[in-house]
Amino acid sequence: MQQLLTTFLTGLTLGMVYAAFALALVLIWRSTRIVNFAQAPMAMITTYVALVIVDAGMSYWIGFAAALLSGLVLGAVIERVVIRPVEGKPEINAIILTLGLFVVIHAVAAIIFGSGFRSFPAPFGLRGFEAGGVTIALTGFAVFTICSVAVVMLLLVALFQHTDIGLKMRASAFNQEVSRMLGVKVTRMLTLGWALAAVVGSLSGLLIAGGSLVSPSYMDSVVVYGFVAAVLGGLDSPGGAVVGGLLLGVSLSFVSGYVGSDLVALASLAILIVVLLVRPAGLFSHATARRV
Amino acid sequence: MSRVAFGSLIGHLRRTPLRRNLIGGLIGLVVVILVLESVSPFRQGQFATMAYLGIAVGGLTVLTGLNGQLSLGHGALMAVGAYTAALMLHDVDKPLPLPVVMLLSVLVTVVVGAVVGVAAARLHGPYIAGATLALAVAMPGIASFFGDNLGGEQGLSVSTPEAPGWFADAVYFLTAHDVTGTKYLAYVGWIGLIISFVLLANLSASRVGRTWRAVRDDEAAAELAGINVGRARVKAFVVSAACAGLAGGVMAMVVRIAAPSGFPLTLSLSLLTAVVLGGLGSLFGALIGAALLTFLPQAVTGLGQSLGLGDLQSAQLAPLVYGLTLVLVILLAPAGLVGTIRNAWRRRQSPDTAPIHPQQEAMQ
Repeated sequence: MQQLLTTFLTGLTLGMVYAAFALALVLIWRSTRIVNFAQAPMAMITTYVALVIVDAGMSYWIGFAAALLSGLVLGAVIERVVIRPVEGKPEINAIILTLGLFVVIHAVAAIIFGSGFRSFPAPFGLRGFEAGGVTIALTGFAVFTICSVAVVMLLLVALFQHTDIGLKMRASAFNQEVSRMLGVKVTRMLTLGWALAAVVGSLSGLLIAGGSLVSPSYMDSVVVYGFVAAVLGGLDSPGGAVVGGLLLGVSLSFVSGYVGSDLVALASLAILIVVLLVRPAGLFSHATARRV
Repeated sequence: MSRVAFGSLIGHLRRTPLRRNLIGGLIGLVVVILVLESVSPFRQGQFATMAYLGIAVGGLTVLTGLNGQLSLGHGALMAVGAYTAALMLHDVDKPLPLPVVMLLSVLVTVVVGAVVGVAAARLHGPYIAGATLALAVAMPGIASFFGDNLGGEQGLSVSTPEAPGWFADAVYFLTAHDVTGTKYLAYVGWIGLIISFVLLANLSASRVGRTWRAVRDDEAAAELAGINVGRARVKAFVVSAACAGLAGGVMAMVVRIAAPSGFPLTLSLSLLTAVVLGGLGSLFGALIGAALLTFLPQAVTGLGQSLGLGDLQSAQLAPLVYGLTLVLVILLAPAGLVGTIRNAWRRRQSPDTAPIHPQQEAMQ
């Protein structure tokens, strides 16, 4: 019983992180129809920024803020400089480009920060709460993880539903031509979309790293899980990405706890294949046909 | 007179793709023999590496260039071939003949490739990329999970097979050199490469290849023309997987081990780099790409060390160059090296076919 609860809670926490990562992928997909495979190393390198600041003796929170800020800048710069030329080109070009960025950022991080593992601090306790003599596997950091992702989601909802700029971003994602005619600076909105997505991605990178080890490749599997979560939700819907992330986190946690942690990535592949074969437009799709 | 006869003979021989490709293969074999006999054992080892990378890149370029399917999982498929070969060559007194081992590596990988291909055939662009990326990330875990049979993190060591007597005799007869283990492997790799390239070139020029191109360019039109789109895509994936399996089998013998660390995500991505650099769909480009993957790491690592970087940092320069290559080729010359040169050549050959609006081209 306790193992069941532990597995479930671990899965829920991880699921929140996958949800955040999936959300970052969905944000970019909605605005530019590109799956940003470079999201993982982008999040990794911003986490290293935080690590350098924390190692220099400053507080965790300064590092945290610096990582999110560098994510914002990195996302905007990458969209503006590298991605802009392939927008609207054959989709295979954009995919290969993001994979190229993946390799470049990886190598740069390994050259600057070294390719070994380094431990990353956590701002809250990593011991479970005790309730009636039983330790519940919900750590302080897990609570922080769940809360921070929830806050980011609420902020995004507020941005998209209740602000002028959110409306412009939704308009640009929906129909670029019409938005342009209505006076929306579409290119600026696309850059902003990439920047915001990179911030959310950085957050998930920080949360995965907290209390654990980071290396240039520590986010590589997360991009797969984030992608699977996003596809579970339909790749087009932010809400779906969140639900997909939670579902995936819990399922993978059960695979890890009861079958073997080595097969987690294989299980995510199996889930992806089944979803794409049975409901290619995601679990929550209406009966609209869309080719995948 | 003799010139004319010679010309017509060449013309006759070049008439069908099969003959043309067979002649190309034979010329390739002669070049391989000349090169392998004249270089040092160290270089022979590098050429063996280039051979297995070339086979894998050739298979991938056919899949991506002719059929439009992107696979980031070919490193994982190579792992399937490598582990199959390793299981047959690991701690056995009397190993099976090498062609049998290679054939079984190909067959097992074909089965795995067919399963992946059936799933991938229904996917497009980012979805197929994501699914094959998941395959590449998942594969090392499988080797660890079945650690009892597959050796876990340590992997399976592979005993290098001896060159059979008739082969050593034939090489000695032709070149008056003995066959060392490294040289034998280089020969095995390059013969595998030539056979697979001749088959791929033939396939590409045949009805099957035309079907693949039709599916790549316009699915709806292909379907209307009576092509079974799904079957064509699965077929392309299976052929490509067969190449990856052969490449993996050769790789297991060349590096003498099959271990999860030999098949990281970087391997799949560097195969893609070679394909993109050479130009999607070009087998000659695939060879250039494989040469880059083989010889570049040492060159840039040396360069990094001479610039004062540490060993570990210098080792990361090669992936940096791969990544930059991917980015720059896509941004500046999406047709790849061979494609760009071929386009420029064609434009020079027939200026009539130049774009109708020269200004527009100047603007681009």
